[in-house]
Amino acid sequence: MADFTNGFWDWYIVLLTLLGVIGCGVLLFSQAKVKLAKAADGSVGTTGHVWDEDLSELNTPMPRWWMWLFYITIVFALAYLFLYPGLGSYAGKLGWKSAGAYQAELKTAEKDYGPLFAKYSRQDLKAVAADPQARAIGERLFLTYCAQCHGSDARGNKGFPNLTDNDWLFGGAPETIKETILHGRVGMMPPMGAALGSDKDVENVAHYVLSLSGATADPIKVVFGKDKFGACMACHSAGGKGNQLLGAPNLSDKVWLFGGSLETIKETINKGRTTTMPAFQDFLGDDKVQVLAAYVWGLSNDPGKPAPATPVVAEK
Amino acid sequence: MNEQIIQMYAAREEIYPREAKGRYARLRWLFVWLTQLAFYGAPWLQWNGRQALLFDLAARKFYIFGLVLWPQDFIYLALLLIICAYLLFLATAVAGRVWCGFACPQTVYTEIFLWIERKIEGPRSARIALDRQPPSAAKFAKKSAKHLAWGAVALWTGFTFVGYFTPIKLLGLEVATLNFGPWEWFWVVFYSFATYGNAGWMREQVCKYMCPYARFQSAMFDPDTLIITYDAKRGEPRGPLSKNANGSGGSCIDCSMCVQVCPTGIDIRDGLQYECIGCAACVDACNGVMDKVAQPRGLIRYSTERALDRGFTPSEIRRRVLRTRVRIYGGILLLIVAAAGAALYWRVPLKLDVIRDRGTLGREVEEGMIENVYRLQIMNTSEQAHVYRISVSGMPTLAQQTEPLVRVEATETKAYPIRLRTAHGVGQPGSNKIAIELSAVDDPSLHVKEAAVFFVPR
Repeated sequence: MADFTNGFWDWYIVLLTLLGVIGCGVLLFSQAKVKLAKAADGSVGTTGHVWDEDLSELNTPMPRWWMWLFYITIVFALAYLFLYPGLGSYAGKLGWKSAGAYQAELKTAEKDYGPLFAKYSRQDLKAVAADPQARAIGERLFLTYCAQCHGSDARGNKGFPNLTDNDWLFGGAPETIKETILHGRVGMMPPMGAALGSDKDVENVAHYVLSLSGATADPIKVVFGKDKFGACMACHSAGGKGNQLLGAPNLSDKVWLFGGSLETIKETINKGRTTTMPAFQDFLGDDKVQVLAAYVWGLSNDPGKPAPATPVVAEK
Repeated sequence: MNEQIIQMYAAREEIYPREAKGRYARLRWLFVWLTQLAFYGAPWLQWNGRQALLFDLAARKFYIFGLVLWPQDFIYLALLLIICAYLLFLATAVAGRVWCGFACPQTVYTEIFLWIERKIEGPRSARIALDRQPPSAAKFAKKSAKHLAWGAVALWTGFTFVGYFTPIKLLGLEVATLNFGPWEWFWVVFYSFATYGNAGWMREQVCKYMCPYARFQSAMFDPDTLIITYDAKRGEPRGPLSKNANGSGGSCIDCSMCVQVCPTGIDIRDGLQYECIGCAACVDACNGVMDKVAQPRGLIRYSTERALDRGFTPSEIRRRVLRTRVRIYGGILLLIVAAAGAALYWRVPLKLDVIRDRGTLGREVEEGMIENVYRLQIMNTSEQAHVYRISVSGMPTLAQQTEPLVRVEATETKAYPIRLRTAHGVGQPGSNKIAIELSAVDDPSLHVKEAAVFFVPR
């Protein structure tokens, strides 16, 4: 019923379709034999149709099987309309749906590739990362599902983290990465302008933040900013080392998610930032995410060696 | 009553073509052998350890001897079809429906099936007599033998057809174990059924009611086109030999042999008809009869409308072959064949698609350098693995940050992300045209160049 604005249109389609099919049958039946005028000599040579003054149609009969083919199409049409959706909102005897066909194809693909992914899901993530075939699969999965935001080279973009520098917002252990892909993450930095006070306070804190990673900053403003940084420490910890439990970035390295210029840092403090990593559990399933997580971990770690205990400061 | 009820559909009247013997029948059998040796034999040919001719639809790769065509090479199929169309136009303009009469699968398989029919049921008169007989064990045995023989040829044809799309040796093994996939079953049975039905039962009806060629032959014929003709000036008034013995009548003795051999059941003496497939069986039959009655051959012959009208000699007919229409068809055909040949000769078995990352337009990295990311879709369409060197050009200081050597396995596609950088201040803000080139390390002739765009943020 959802297809039509009211029940009338449903019947309108049903009647139009059935009348069309039956009409074809009636036309065929009535035209199989026709009454034609005899010519002067008593024979019937043409159908009596004349075009362009002298082009007349001979009544050469078509083979009979040709007529039966027409009747078969009518039987086929009626059988089709009975079995498949086509008559208004009637769902068809077989209950076929395009969504069902899609699900069936997914199931076939699952049957083909499922065992391969299942094999990896039983292995340790680091072992999966060391498997060249799994890496090749992971790369293709990454290029299909992740590259839109993180880039084909996984080096990210403004607001989308670089996955190759071993600097992690929520943690870089293989299991944590899998967790991130499965359930997604929301990173939230609230607007802090009002909490810090005046524009001047914001400017001072920004200079302090710059100084944390050794960038050039006004030493006086740094001193004033350091006093105000207390409001930030709840998330970014003392010294701006960050907190992976909250996804609060480390401010003392040279990795910036939105940019490390004074203006950008002020904008971040004043307006806050919200980032979302969508959850892929429902879409990809645990087994594919396992391979994907191993691939992402392998981007910044040498598979086979244990991951460094503390994240190294970004390369470059 | 001045009206009559007319049936618009009528049952088909069975045609029993008499066997024709002569020059054109031999020519047709030559074509039957040539086309069928090619069709049944080609899938068994091997090339470099694989099937020489294989159209692998599932993998979307067409193997034609040394050539591997990908879906991107579809243009060659278009060219092939255009070449076939012009060949047909040219042949039709010169010599009418020679394709129909000598090489069309419908004619060729009908010829084979008729031969089987003759071997089992006997000549035309015996076949007519057999069909009129009431049901009997002998009749049943003959008919069954015929249909079994037809079925065997049809199944082998269906099997061969599918062998062009699935490796035929594997298919042979599957036949031995009856281990066919559902689609292989479908196509083998479908193609066999089509062969059996078309060559055994449908025959001339395919030409008369299904094939569009007959319906537009008049658009390709002209008065100088060679067609099968009956020389009415010489033949009429027709009559039995006894009646015309005094020399007053025409050469046609009205023996109706030309009608009996006709596979479409027409009388060529009525002139050119759309049913005529130009098989020249009536020419063979009439020449045989003329020999017997000691008359010159050629009462029914290949001639043209204009030649009959004006009484041309064969050399006068030949002189009119190279007329404007034929020259134009021939010229276009030559041009397309040359173009297709050149395109195939210079075809590089390597393809490259450059896909710019749209999520990251232009990324600013250390020291104000600008970085763009591209995904290279590298398609190695050759049958050897190659290592390719990637090189970039088009902007000063443009350089790759990623490994410039990439290995792609034989007939594989590889997605390879690369990062390109320029120094600060180089290029226009916005899009800059660059080129990405790929060349095989071991074979410099494998080389492609693709245009791309480098984005510098404003």
